[in-house]
Amino acid sequence: MLLSDLAGLTRGGLTGGPYRWHGISSVQNRLKQMQDEMQGMLSGFTERQLRQYPAINLWTSEEGVLVSAELPGVNADDLDITVVGRTLTLKGTRKAQEPNETDDCCHRRECRYGTFARAIELPYEVEGAKVSAKFDKGVLTLTLPRAEADKPRKINITSN
Amino acid sequence: MADTVDIEKKEAQTTDGTEHTREVKVYHPAVDIVEKEKEILLTADMPGVDDKSIDITLDKNVLTIYGKVDPNVPQQYQASYVEYGIGDYRRSFTLSEEIDRQRIEATVKNGVLKLVLPKAEAAKAKKIEVRAA
Repeated sequence: MLLSDLAGLTRGGLTGGPYRWHGISSVQNRLKQMQDEMQGMLSGFTERQLRQYPAINLWTSEEGVLVSAELPGVNADDLDITVVGRTLTLKGTRKAQEPNETDDCCHRRECRYGTFARAIELPYEVEGAKVSAKFDKGVLTLTLPRAEADKPRKINITSN
Repeated sequence: MADTVDIEKKEAQTTDGTEHTREVKVYHPAVDIVEKEKEILLTADMPGVDDKSIDITLDKNVLTIYGKVDPNVPQQYQASYVEYGIGDYRRSFTLSEEIDRQRIEATVKNGVLKLVLPKAEAAKAKKIEVRAA
């Protein structure tokens, strides 16, 4: 589309003397459209990051991956963590405090309650049996050691 | 799975233009405030805070909660994907006269602070009997 527009303009510019204005405006329109599309794609990307709950941090080293998530108010018993291949899944529930009586008046409601689920793709294959989880003060920390087979191997050079 | 809530942590603002002495970010914890017949319940999400690292002060009628969080950056690891920042929490609330300041109770569990602010006797709703004259 764009290429043909440009080609049309160049041809017109070279052979037809003065620039044809509709040609330039169509390129401008196309550029504007591309810019809008790009911005839309980028904003979609950041928004999706913000909206996934829980928010996670991921640290890596050659030895493995460390994932942490803030889960205030969740009980350790209500957390379900699974690792399949390179996909880590966090599921859980934060129970609402108590059934609200009708005469209670809510001044602010900013905390999140209910169920959540999130799947994260890990950068490495991990040793499923050696994954350890710690849940302390509402912060979940998972240590996922890298699978032996996936670790980088140093290659020795033999010379004759 | 399709969460539509903005879960970005909001940084706390210093109203008087003062600076923090520690070089950490300070966030605004999310709170729930529910008013019941006899008390007001305040719930604040402060992951990473326990009973030892939380400070609640009541100065005149301003209640301030401050939670200190140990940044705890893992050694030998490199941060490769960061969605949330780690920092302290601070938020202030203005209490009305009707709160009984002597009986305020606070508990922390799983990174959630719960404050019970009982209403003073005088402030509780009273039913006024109407007698036939």
